[in-house]
Amino acid sequence: MKYINIDKKNWANGLKNLYENYRLFGPVKNNKNHVFKKLSKGELPDLNYLNTLLSPKSIVFPQSETMFEYSLDESKEDHHILKEIDKDYSPRALIGIRPCDAVSFKLVKRNFDTPEYKDPYWLSAYESTIFAGLACSNPCSTCFCTSAGCGPFHEDGLDLLLVDEGEYFIAKILTSRGETFIKSAGWETEADPIAAEKTIKNMKIKAEEKIASFVSTDQLKNKSAIDLYAAPFWEEIAFACINCGTCTYGCPTCWCFDIQDEISKSSGIRMRNWDSCMYPLFTLHGTGYNPRNAKVQRVRQRFMHKLKYYADKYGDGIQCVGCGRCIRLCPVNIDIRKVCDIMNNYES
Amino acid sequence: MQNPYLPYPVRIDEIITETEDKNLKTFKLVFLNPDDEKNFSYMPGQFAELSVAGKGEIPIGIASSPTEKGFIKFTVNKVGLVTTCLHAMKPGDIIGVRGPLGRHTWDTLKGKNIVIIGGGFAFTTLRSSIVYMLNPLNRMNFKDINVIYGSRSPGMLLYRNELAAWETRDDINMHITVDGTDDPDWKYNVGFVPTITEQKAPPGDPDTYALICGPPIMIKFTQPVLDKLGYTHDHIIMSLEMRMKCGIGICGRCNIGKKYVCKDGPVFTLAELDNMPKEY
Amino acid sequence: MPEYTAKIKGISARLLKEEKVEIVIGFRKGTIPMMNEPCFVKTPEDVKELVWDSNCGINLANYLTNRKEKIGIIAKGCDSRNIVTHIIENKIKREQLFIIGVPCKGMVDKNKITSMFENEINEVSEVEENIIVKGEGFEKTLNKNDVLQENCKICIHRNPVLYDELAADLLDEQKNIDRYEDVRKIEAMATEDKWKYFKDLLSPCIRCYACRNACPLCYCPTCFVDESRPQWVGKSLDTTDTRTFHFLRAYHCAGRCTDCGACERACPMGIKVRTFTKKLEKDCLELYGWEAGLSLDERPPLDTYRPDDPEGFIK
Repeated sequence: MKYINIDKKNWANGLKNLYENYRLFGPVKNNKNHVFKKLSKGELPDLNYLNTLLSPKSIVFPQSETMFEYSLDESKEDHHILKEIDKDYSPRALIGIRPCDAVSFKLVKRNFDTPEYKDPYWLSAYESTIFAGLACSNPCSTCFCTSAGCGPFHEDGLDLLLVDEGEYFIAKILTSRGETFIKSAGWETEADPIAAEKTIKNMKIKAEEKIASFVSTDQLKNKSAIDLYAAPFWEEIAFACINCGTCTYGCPTCWCFDIQDEISKSSGIRMRNWDSCMYPLFTLHGTGYNPRNAKVQRVRQRFMHKLKYYADKYGDGIQCVGCGRCIRLCPVNIDIRKVCDIMNNYES
Repeated sequence: MQNPYLPYPVRIDEIITETEDKNLKTFKLVFLNPDDEKNFSYMPGQFAELSVAGKGEIPIGIASSPTEKGFIKFTVNKVGLVTTCLHAMKPGDIIGVRGPLGRHTWDTLKGKNIVIIGGGFAFTTLRSSIVYMLNPLNRMNFKDINVIYGSRSPGMLLYRNELAAWETRDDINMHITVDGTDDPDWKYNVGFVPTITEQKAPPGDPDTYALICGPPIMIKFTQPVLDKLGYTHDHIIMSLEMRMKCGIGICGRCNIGKKYVCKDGPVFTLAELDNMPKEY
Repeated sequence: MPEYTAKIKGISARLLKEEKVEIVIGFRKGTIPMMNEPCFVKTPEDVKELVWDSNCGINLANYLTNRKEKIGIIAKGCDSRNIVTHIIENKIKREQLFIIGVPCKGMVDKNKITSMFENEINEVSEVEENIIVKGEGFEKTLNKNDVLQENCKICIHRNPVLYDELAADLLDEQKNIDRYEDVRKIEAMATEDKWKYFKDLLSPCIRCYACRNACPLCYCPTCFVDESRPQWVGKSLDTTDTRTFHFLRAYHCAGRCTDCGACERACPMGIKVRTFTKKLEKDCLELYGWEAGLSLDERPPLDTYRPDDPEGFIK
């Protein structure tokens, strides 16, 4: 394992070098919040942030994305035939992404990359992205990453992990792509691996001790999905919900989308937009029948899918990384930590 | 990387209005590229996403059988935005088709007695199954075939010419029924599908499978009849409907529990459905 | 506000015990600072969950739509005006409701308080007129009047207009309030400046519809943005579609909006969505002399025809 010391005095210069070879994305202050956006030349990411308001999933999975275009002009030879469009999948880097958000991409990848079908848009975007993560030394009060399968210094899903040591960053190179990235920046000062790992480990322990939120998931996999589905507590959990899309849009592991056609005069596109299981329209049949007509059914679906169905399907834990965004963003304070504990401790 | 969202272009070759209320039409589609037809190798019970440029896509069961070459057929009910546009189209128009999608269970059915129970518009994929089984290359792979198919009135039955032709064959037992009619020349059964099923279906046994496809109300009342006749839940095969978009198990909308109706279904045994939340 | 909470609990327990209502809708204490969760209680024992403080900005009238049972509902001034509107629009019947009226001194603006501090806020408590904010390495006391929600600062209907029992004494209404200073500022802008102002205002919108769903007025079975035949509005982040959604929704609220601020409170991106509804509120007041939700006996002006209705805008 290789460790590089990046003196903060060399940070801006390194980014300038990287700009030649990668499209750079990072957290930028926008009014009172941070958002992940494309960095212009010389623009520095603000790494003194807790986390972005919405997850960085939009970098790999844009909220609105054109899939095809077509002409409706019947005088044209290929009218009404859908054509693929050119997309920019040149290399890019997400700098300063938090470990929880980085591992969320791996959870979502299971959906877009299956043996039978592969989503070319998501996969091409994902594979062209370097994840240069920033470890959390000061987790938020709503972070429960350590009980959701990752943690403030988690490495899975990252190409390299930056640890802020005050005057400099320690960069722990985790993949060969991470190594290429560091070389491209020109950051070459190698750190002593044993000392560096020890420093990181100590900081990791301190950070994990600061985690103040936890969820219990140990019993979830043994519970029957049908029993949880039929449980009586859903009415109370669902009452406050106003069925907006806030939790799903902010969540890094939500991926559901809608496919729509839009036309203008005689040409058109087929696009996909984020969609949410919270909306009644999500499951409405053409006949007017809706299997999730009632709010309580939709709220139940969200939590069952995140905490039980996904866990059952892949056998690798819940579909949640504990980033806490849904807790902070929900207009009516529906708290997934509460719901998870209720589900975990439910005896039918 | 192959793009599973890209439809094969097809041309509408023929449109037949099936029902007297004109809400169901069968579209005969021909692939513009012959290679696409080779890639579109399907089995009865599967479905495809019909794509109308500028309007959207709809998941429709394939009504033709893989034994019918050179074209594919879909019977479409006019209910919404895309289906209304499709119904207004004419032969020669270009649309797209993505597929074949969905799972089929034909391996289990080899060498068995098959009882097909269908109601209303849901009969389309059952037509595919019947044509497939009756084909001389396939018929010997199945034992007795019984078909119970009903609709509200004679004018609402699909594929009436074919139903009459099958009725005359001795390698298939047809039990066509209508809920009611005042046609004095009606020579088949009168009664709801569950009632006729109770009267005409063979008893359940390890060698007999029931394939049901129909509106939720028909399924609700047919299931107790099958229980009475001794069909175990793993010998009852059902086809579900759900709102779908991608059809390939990626957009997340059609899930029941941990399964996707588009990818893990739409065909499920009742035993499988018993283990899934009843959210359909 | 412990006195309010105690009174609300007392009234609710009594209503449930005497079976005057089947359910009481109120708030329970939230799990993060400055948030409370709308909840229901069905038994007298459960009323201990109920709480009332300056974080009860969500409009509870939103939870009444089309309910069939007898309901006890906790309503501040603006909420009660939405209840009046709901009754007029046949979304709930007066006989179904026992309104526990709350004379309201205003709700605090959580976004404003959060932006005042660099570090994360861990605890916010309320003592009389003081808001005490604690976080890692800091503690500060703020005056509640300095951190009220924008709509609460200019509120002229703090007392509920319709109620069955009060949870506190009636308050004096604020006097000499200019409700439309911010609207006039925008009205005075040149056209290009106005366009840029709205463009910037709406650029963070992610079409989550939290504003629409938090609003008691938005109860259409199929919202216009969800219609497909024809499709009036696209579903992407296209700026024209986003603007259409916000403008049109504001117009649908014209003459009905009570400026409860639930929409602004709900927005995860902190967009000041009241900008549109305030303009329409001003227009309704100037054109028709109308304020929404004050009386059960008057129908809204956009609902009725009067021969002397202004016509100057018909060109």
